[in-house]
Amino acid sequence: MAEGLELAGVRIQRNGAALVGLDHHVRPGEVLTVMGPSGVGKSTLLAFVTGTLSSDFSATGEVRLDGVDITHLPPERRRVGILFQDDLLFPHLSVADNLAFGLAPEGSRSARRAKVEAALADIELAGFGPRDPATLSGGQKARVALMRMLLAEPQALLLDEAFSGLDASLRTQMRDLVFGRARRLNLPVLMVTHDADDATAAGGPVVELTGR
Amino acid sequence: MRSLATTCAALALTAAALPALADPDPADWDAVLDEARGQTVYWSAWGGSTATNDFIAWAGDRLKEEYGVTVEHVKLADTADAVTRVLSEKQAGQDADGAVDLIWINGPNFKAMKEADLLFGPFAEQLPNWQYVDVDGKTVQTDFTVPTEGYEAPWAMAQVVFMHDTDDLPERLPNMGAILDWAQANPGRFTYPQPPDFLGTTFLKQVLLEAVENPEVLMHPASDADYDAVVAPLWDYLDELTPALWRSGRAYPASGPAQLQLIADDEIDLAISFSPGEASTAIADFRLPDTVRTFVLDKGTLGNASFVAIPYNSGSKAGAMVLANFLMSPVAQVHAQDPEVLGYGTVLDMDKLPDADRAEFDALELGVATLSPDELGEVRPEPHPSWTTRIAEDWQSRYGTGQ
Amino acid sequence: MAFAETPAAAPRATLRASRSTLTFVPLLTLAAMLGPICAGLAGTVLPALGWYPAAGTTALDGAPIRALLAWPGLADAARLSLTTGLAATALSLGIVALVFAGWWGTRPFGMLERLLSPLLSVPHAAAAFGLAFLIAPSGWLFRLAAPLIGWDRPPDLLILNDPWGLSLTAGLVAKEVPFLTLMALAALGQSDGRRSLRAAQAMGYGRLTGWLKTVFPRVYAQIRLPVYVVLAYSMSVVDAAVILGPTTPNTLSVQIVRWMGDPDLGQRLVAAAGAVLQLALVAAALALWRGGEHVVALVGRAWILGGDRGRLDRVLRPLGLMAGVLSAAAVLAGLVALVMWSVAGFWSFPDVWPDTVTWRSWSRHGAGLAEAARMTAVVALASTGIALILVLGCLEAEHRSGRRLTRRGLWLLYLPLLVPQIAFLPGLQTLLLTAGADTGLLPVIAAHLVFVLPYVFLSLGDPWRAWDVRHATVAAALGASPRAVLWRVRLPMLLRPVLTATAVGLAVSVGQYLPTLLIGGGRVATLTTEAVALAAGGDRRAIGVYSVAQTAAALLPFALALGIPALAWRNRRGLHG
Repeated sequence: MAEGLELAGVRIQRNGAALVGLDHHVRPGEVLTVMGPSGVGKSTLLAFVTGTLSSDFSATGEVRLDGVDITHLPPERRRVGILFQDDLLFPHLSVADNLAFGLAPEGSRSARRAKVEAALADIELAGFGPRDPATLSGGQKARVALMRMLLAEPQALLLDEAFSGLDASLRTQMRDLVFGRARRLNLPVLMVTHDADDATAAGGPVVELTGR
Repeated sequence: MRSLATTCAALALTAAALPALADPDPADWDAVLDEARGQTVYWSAWGGSTATNDFIAWAGDRLKEEYGVTVEHVKLADTADAVTRVLSEKQAGQDADGAVDLIWINGPNFKAMKEADLLFGPFAEQLPNWQYVDVDGKTVQTDFTVPTEGYEAPWAMAQVVFMHDTDDLPERLPNMGAILDWAQANPGRFTYPQPPDFLGTTFLKQVLLEAVENPEVLMHPASDADYDAVVAPLWDYLDELTPALWRSGRAYPASGPAQLQLIADDEIDLAISFSPGEASTAIADFRLPDTVRTFVLDKGTLGNASFVAIPYNSGSKAGAMVLANFLMSPVAQVHAQDPEVLGYGTVLDMDKLPDADRAEFDALELGVATLSPDELGEVRPEPHPSWTTRIAEDWQSRYGTGQ
Repeated sequence: MAFAETPAAAPRATLRASRSTLTFVPLLTLAAMLGPICAGLAGTVLPALGWYPAAGTTALDGAPIRALLAWPGLADAARLSLTTGLAATALSLGIVALVFAGWWGTRPFGMLERLLSPLLSVPHAAAAFGLAFLIAPSGWLFRLAAPLIGWDRPPDLLILNDPWGLSLTAGLVAKEVPFLTLMALAALGQSDGRRSLRAAQAMGYGRLTGWLKTVFPRVYAQIRLPVYVVLAYSMSVVDAAVILGPTTPNTLSVQIVRWMGDPDLGQRLVAAAGAVLQLALVAAALALWRGGEHVVALVGRAWILGGDRGRLDRVLRPLGLMAGVLSAAAVLAGLVALVMWSVAGFWSFPDVWPDTVTWRSWSRHGAGLAEAARMTAVVALASTGIALILVLGCLEAEHRSGRRLTRRGLWLLYLPLLVPQIAFLPGLQTLLLTAGADTGLLPVIAAHLVFVLPYVFLSLGDPWRAWDVRHATVAAALGASPRAVLWRVRLPMLLRPVLTATAVGLAVSVGQYLPTLLIGGGRVATLTTEAVALAAGGDRRAIGVYSVAQTAAALLPFALALGIPALAWRNRRGLHG
């Protein structure tokens, strides 16, 4: 059984015209960087992996996660985490509730609360639980978003320009944090970006998409 | 579709035959009272006057208390709405539990319903309080010359009076000719409700009554042979009057009460009313200035009774009869005559009443603008309804369409 | 709603979701909206041709049309419908265009904008009564002017109910300006007006001319349907016409209602013929308006090419602001007049204030008012509740299937607002009666739904679609099912627009006159039907009481829609727009 994230013969079309295609196997702990100018279909590719491809597109090919074909699973059962350029914290929930959103619904109330507290401490935000996410700084929000995703225990990680919204110093910090966590948890990572520095920092294979 | 209509008609006939068996009998009054308890009576009555609405609400409260009957006032813009409703229910074959249980009605609407067999009865003359009704002195057994035959119960007497603001028009006017002269001398200070509003139509009839050479002809149905000649003086009169009316006759108040607002705003000084006590009542609740008084014409003015009738398909006939009977009761009649309430004339005969009840009537303060029964003078009977219908229609094409 | 065809090979997961019961919601919504209209139109057209078994005629000989043509007031009534409708629409649009062109983004504009919600929620009948209390010769304006001119009694001027329908037009304009303003604001949110205007100004164009030349064409394309709604509505309105419109003769729509209520059942056939004529008039006016659009476009293009930088700006800017302020002030001052009359003791001309202030009118009408308010609430809550469920179902189905509302779908959504109420409600009433279905509460709720649905849909659709769907992607990646995404993420985040749409629905229902009157068969008495019924009586105190209550009933939900999210999300800065 092949571990990691496999994209087998993936071809995406819009209105019958070929848009993007990819064949690749991302091993656990490895970061595959997909680069290319905007409009080339990078985000569309990620949407295909998360199962949220808009009906304007049609696609063929398979997505396998640890050997299991997830191409036809509904998004919520794919166990594929994703981070966007924006933190997308739910504005109506407190920081703690945002983290708890991703927790599996098992375990006692207090056990879940303890998990959230530990996670907050882990990203150096102990005591921030009851806070309104809108009151956090950009870096703090990005860390909460990462931790929220990790608490859902994904089997693969997608990054959609995840660092583009951060200023230079913060960007380096977040890259180190994200790639470090992914390696530690042995997660395959698929990153799309237009920033060559991201690719360098990731250190893995790079695929260039070109418009056709 | 034709077969569907036939089926409907057949069903309607069958259904019509059934409830007749179960109809309450007013002669067995205790049974009626028993059956009425718990019923809801939808009383369709004109809703344009707050005073009447309040009176109906009062009657509803009393009925709930004393007989366990709930009264719902269905406020109509026009009594014809209720007639239409019953008519269309009959056409649609809904012969039981119709939307209307009691209608405030008279004149052409009564004639239309009676002729179309839309009424339950006879019941009125078997009601317990009929014993007090002034059968001889008041027009309670004919309605616009049509015999009532017990298909409607009288509950109020109305008579035309003219309200005048004594600040601007101190003296009474003796006849329609004087009204025309005054209006022409004071343009814009007089108007009447727009026909087919019943009060507006009443004004036309009052003019007609004085204008025709032989009023007797109006007691018979209008015929094509004589109609034009008989009503010609009416149109002559209006042709002269209209340019002198408020807004030069290019707009009219929508109803009787709308005229009160015009007097209160000092837009007009003279208006017609079908209720001798209306002016006093309106003064009491700020709707008229206290300088308003009323007068009648030398040769008398039109008068008629207001009735209530029960549609043939009412689901609460017993409750409706209890309400009709209550409206004829001395307590309701004295309340209605109170100028603070309605100021309507009673349909009862003072000589038939028990002393205590008569004392209640005697004690009533009629109000500053209300004429005494003597001063009200002669009551002229309503013309046959066919006249009313035709002049209201003709008025619309002559004056009601801007031509 | 009609949705675009889906490309065949959408991922199976998406298809699975769309196969659930949600798929039927758009169909159900369509049926709830269009079913009554189609049935009602059929129930109108057949009697108009003479087919009306209930009155014993199945001739189909066109006799009712001949009877209609024989009515002496027909020419005037038809002309009134056209002139008041076209004038009210053109004036409203003109005022809105001038206000936006001259003042959009400025402080005075912001002040007008804040008045928008209250102005919108004032029911047409209350606004009409308020205006009548202002502009009647015995009204407030004349009382203020009386000492200056020396009037001690109201002048005998034909202002209200004037034969040209000018008062009616004014009343309609005062109510339609806020509506079109709201629509234009929504349209501007979707077009990049600010930068176009800045570019035009940089080229030396005046603010007003620059806006008209660069932004207006785009905005008009977006608000074209609402403008048509205003035209169709203004031509066929009944309640405002009863209050402000001419009476010798009535407008066509009012006359149709009168015929419907005639004891002679045969008159209903004439009413049906009149309704068909009204429908034809509206269709003709819409066609005329469309033609006018082309002419204006031609002239406008020449004007744009002419390069005029705005010679008229100096005149038109203050003019636009004055017209906008005037129309807002008319509604607000009218409301104050209604409040004053509801508490007035004796109040004679030319006194500016009543002699005494008393609660007597309120206590006198208390019982009836409470009952009417209860009925109003029942109908409004039921119809809006159903509408909300259907609309949320449609939007969620749209989201899950990825199909967007098409242009044709949008037209269908607007159809209940474009077909005059007077053209199909009489037919619907006749059908209900013929079918033996009792008129009453449930049919009234269903009839209100026809008009509540499109407004709730239009109000909620844009904010719903503007929501960042990446929130859904993230939530799904965190293991949330589509249902959980809806209930735990999307609805809480969209609480404010959902409540606003609810308030819009409630206000629309509260203001409905004709559906309540005709379909309720007189048994369903709401604040609106009671208030309009009082018009004939002319009792200003009673009218004041009922109109103030009616306005409050429409305004309260808007206050709650503002207050509840502010309270619920008081600690969530990210949700305060």
